[in-house]
Amino acid sequence: MDPLRRSPSPCSSSSRPPSPRTPPPCEAQGYVGIEAVLDQVKIKAMKMGFEFNIMVVGQSGLGKSTMVNTLFRSKMWRSSLPSLGVPTLQTLQLQSMTHVIEEKGVRLKLTVTDTPGFGDQINNDKCWDPILGYIKEQYERYLQEEILITRQRHIPDTRVHCCIYFVPPTGHCLRPLDIEFLQRLCRMVNVVPVIARADSLTIEEREAFRLRIQKDLRTHCIEVYPQKCFDEDINDRLLNSKIRERIPFAVVGADREHLVNGRCVLGRKTKWGVIEVENMAHCEFPLLRDLLIRSHLQDLKDITHNVHYENYRVCRLNESHVLPRGPGWVNLTPAPSSSSSTPKPSKVRLRTHRSQDRKQK
Amino acid sequence: MASSEVARPLLYQSHMAAKTTCMSSEASDNEQRQKKENTRLLTMSGHVGFESLPDQLVNRSIQQGFCFNILCVGETGIGKSTLIDTLFNTNFEDCESSHFYPHVRLKAQTYELQESNVRLKLTVVNTVGFGDQINKEESYRPIVDYVDAQFEAYLQEELKIKRSLFNYHDSRIHVCLYFISPTGHSLKTLDLLTMKSLDSKVNIIPVIAKADAISKTELQKFKIKLMSELVSNGVQIYQFPTDDETIAKINASMNGHLPFAVIGSMDEVKVGNKMVKARQYPWGVVQVENENHCDFVKLREMLICTNMEDLREQTHTRHYELYRRCKLEEMGFTDIGPEHKPASLQETYEAKRHEFYGERQRKEEEMKHMFVQRVREKEAILKEDERELQAKFEHLKRLHHEERLKLEEKRRLLEEEIIAFAKKKATSEIYQTQSYLPVGSNLKKDKDRKKKPSPTFELLCFDT
Repeated sequence: MDPLRRSPSPCSSSSRPPSPRTPPPCEAQGYVGIEAVLDQVKIKAMKMGFEFNIMVVGQSGLGKSTMVNTLFRSKMWRSSLPSLGVPTLQTLQLQSMTHVIEEKGVRLKLTVTDTPGFGDQINNDKCWDPILGYIKEQYERYLQEEILITRQRHIPDTRVHCCIYFVPPTGHCLRPLDIEFLQRLCRMVNVVPVIARADSLTIEEREAFRLRIQKDLRTHCIEVYPQKCFDEDINDRLLNSKIRERIPFAVVGADREHLVNGRCVLGRKTKWGVIEVENMAHCEFPLLRDLLIRSHLQDLKDITHNVHYENYRVCRLNESHVLPRGPGWVNLTPAPSSSSSTPKPSKVRLRTHRSQDRKQK
Repeated sequence: MASSEVARPLLYQSHMAAKTTCMSSEASDNEQRQKKENTRLLTMSGHVGFESLPDQLVNRSIQQGFCFNILCVGETGIGKSTLIDTLFNTNFEDCESSHFYPHVRLKAQTYELQESNVRLKLTVVNTVGFGDQINKEESYRPIVDYVDAQFEAYLQEELKIKRSLFNYHDSRIHVCLYFISPTGHSLKTLDLLTMKSLDSKVNIIPVIAKADAISKTELQKFKIKLMSELVSNGVQIYQFPTDDETIAKINASMNGHLPFAVIGSMDEVKVGNKMVKARQYPWGVVQVENENHCDFVKLREMLICTNMEDLREQTHTRHYELYRRCKLEEMGFTDIGPEHKPASLQETYEAKRHEFYGERQRKEEEMKHMFVQRVREKEAILKEDERELQAKFEHLKRLHHEERLKLEEKRRLLEEEIIAFAKKKATSEIYQTQSYLPVGSNLKKDKDRKKKPSPTFELLCFDT
């Protein structure tokens, strides 16, 4: 064992007894068995199962549903093909689907939220509001559960852990809609931008496009995941800077298998060749999958819980600290986050409270 | 559930999300059934790779480090510090405590241990002076207060607006080792009382200390007696969990060995050709890690190797939640409002704040009012006094004046008398000078009389 250090006792409230501060290092010999706690943690985690919530945002036809199917190797969504009789959606509607997938004893409850209709209208002003509203709604739900008196043993986590944003492969730079949306979203949730349908770009075009997007992100101060400010130590920074160099990933999604050189691979078959999804030379899908699932899933959840959720909570609880009889006092029970999408009810609420204030005065 | 009942006027359909919130709250036994009803169990056609999830979780735990807090309750000199030293294989420096403390105190010390790549922040809390006083009625109070104080600190942190729970040093007591003296008969009343007051706040594991003082047969009887006493008095000690298949069997068997009879020693004695931790007596050597001699190995395994995480989880989900619920209900917060509508914490909090401000305002007014009144009263009194003084002064002045007049009068009279006297004197002098002339003849007569005997002399005298 390494030498023992005595560290200062927790807190300094008067009811707690103080302890001496001088740490004489002691030698420890032999086996105690503290290591076994890791196994205990693992067993408990596997028994409880894991939860993960993803949101995919992008214009229709960019391959979002296909990408989700490819990521999780299953038919989550039926990819919608445009057909004549189906009208385009007038307003943005979010659809969530939850599935439980299991691999080698690990159970994962996966919730995928799709946003069909994003950016499809002629006037896309404020099309991000329902999405932001949905995200805030999940935070609100968690907060309400957390401040109950009799809480559940395990609060169900429906907060969005990661938002994948699909950038259309124009080859130029980020569009105004993209910039607006990313600016608003990156403060509230972990955003991972990807270049969709990357098979329409050559490798050089892809690299140039990537550099331009990175420059745009820097210019507009958009912090995408993995955020630089949350790097904890040198290892994290090294690993994450490698990832940051490659953001946004150029991905291709496919859910059909084809025969290539005798192997069965996932890919898209075209007249000029087969684009293999898993091939790093063709597209960067493996990087995205590794980032999301194999290495950073827990980190995504942690940052959502420790940073984004806490920020939301601070704002929310601060709202209630506006002194009564002030002009801005709003009743908390109906969540104010819905005010943007339903302006009328909130105005009514404000009016009644102002009249109440007047009565009090 | 409150959240699924409240209708949200949003323009989205979340047909699964609402249902899944209900799903996760069910016990794991029902999960299979629920899964089939609400969510699809999806089969994957290839390898996705999220089997590394537990490893990711473990890596994060390693990075964060673990925290474990032990509370040792027992009489002075029963071997608490020695047992902790033996359990963790280190000499935590500590001197023997005195027996003469007037009250029970708690002494907390934090240590950082590291084994391979696992960092453990261990806090050991010892009771100092427990069972030493003559009157032990209040002995258990400081211990209960300490445990509550740790819960309170965590609750305060949780209720803060700007909080940092993920790097908060958790000081809540995860396990309480209760040391029972090896009398061989039964539990002492003090032990029973203390354990009863602690059992709903902390996980209690009773241990029989200094087990080398009891023989094997006596030990069996003692254990049975102790357990039956605990059960009959309704003391809930910590039961090792038996719901997970991997550890259910061993935990169940260990449950039967409670309370553990332990011996602590950091001295090494040569037995055979090895150095083992033991206590040397003239009649033999008691080895600490020998399962035949004592239950130390069992205790170490149960406490650290198998159930540390479960102890922490129980503390957080059961004891802390109970404390939190009681505390919040005490403060007046409820989940159900007056018309059985769900009342949020914030509403109650706001209402209370309002009330508090109103109360404070009212008190301020009252105080102002009282202050003004008092000032007025004081003023009246002072005026009264002033008036009295004035009256006295007038009175005295008057007296003085009167006296003066009297004196003036007397003086006048005296002066008149003096004048009268002076007049008299003047007239008598005139008389004298006048009487001297005829008195000259008288003088002659005198002279003659002097020749003559005295009777004429006498006459002269009378005339003057």
